[in-house]
Amino acid sequence: MAKVRGAIEVDKEKCKGCGVCVTACPTHVIQLAKQVNGKGYNYAHMENPEACIGCANCALVCPDSVIAVYKVKV
Amino acid sequence: MSEIQIQDIIKKENFVYGKTKILTDNVMHYCPGCSHGVTHKLVAEVIEELDIQEKTIGVSPVGCSVLAYNYIDIDWQQAAHGRAPALATATKRLMPDHYVFTYQGDGDLASIGAAEILHACNRGENITVIFVNNAIYGMTGGQMAPTTLIGMPTATSPYGRQAALHGYPLKITELIAQLPGVAYVTRQSVHTPAAVRKAKKAIKKGFENQARKIGTSFIEIVSTCSSGWKISPVESNRWMEEHMFKFYPLGDLKDAEKDNEEDYRKFIE
Repeated sequence: MAKVRGAIEVDKEKCKGCGVCVTACPTHVIQLAKQVNGKGYNYAHMENPEACIGCANCALVCPDSVIAVYKVKV
Repeated sequence: MSEIQIQDIIKKENFVYGKTKILTDNVMHYCPGCSHGVTHKLVAEVIEELDIQEKTIGVSPVGCSVLAYNYIDIDWQQAAHGRAPALATATKRLMPDHYVFTYQGDGDLASIGAAEILHACNRGENITVIFVNNAIYGMTGGQMAPTTLIGMPTATSPYGRQAALHGYPLKITELIAQLPGVAYVTRQSVHTPAAVRKAKKAIKKGFENQARKIGTSFIEIVSTCSSGWKISPVESNRWMEEHMFKFYPLGDLKDAEKDNEEDYRKFIE
């Protein structure tokens, strides 16, 4: 069976750290970072990148459209 | 099996989903987790999919979304408080080949603008109305709105809304569904990926109905206001599921195309 690997790219400076993507992720890839961005928000990042399947759920619920999703079959 | 690196996945040809070009690069002024952001995105995506960027005119309201014209790259007008449907009526009548929509909150549409929206819908104006209902006046500091739930604490009802003192919450969407002029009335939400997909379908249908000239399309988005409710965005979504959906159940309230085909045909003839 073809395996699907995905990855997300977060625009860190625009992310407001609301955490909605964290609960939307079915494979628990996303966490809020311990570091903060220029505005002082804990931005979203891939804590567990191997598990990402590129489903785009995080980007769909992101209110600020800061997540870009990429997917590849390996 | 050779392990693929993240930089090999993040490439242009593997791109699946991201920000649409109709949204501008401005950072939205909305609070973290605000449903306005998702709703803006859906409107922008629908405009992109239908390829109507040059033909769409939005009417922004008074409220948090007053600055919507900074974020969606189309033509905009800004109406006085609650008067967006009146402005949209004029715009649509003068430019019938354009797509006109209003984007209103509950303080704007259900309170001061109740007369405008009811009469615009009753006349069956060929416009799309996007109604964002968060049961509170978000922009001015979380005061009680007509849509505030019974028992819900707000800045002006700190012990919760009481029916005897403040009256009952207003189901404006149900009122509008009774009017013969409206073609499509639905209530959606944007808190989960599945809900976002459904809401997008509803907004798309609302815009497509304009081309078919069958009457007003009214789309309510039940949404959160984490700043006004004074809880975190994730908790707001949970609170909304538990409390708001009981009083404001999701789903289509009216679809003239399906429910009443005879009337619908008469209307388009």
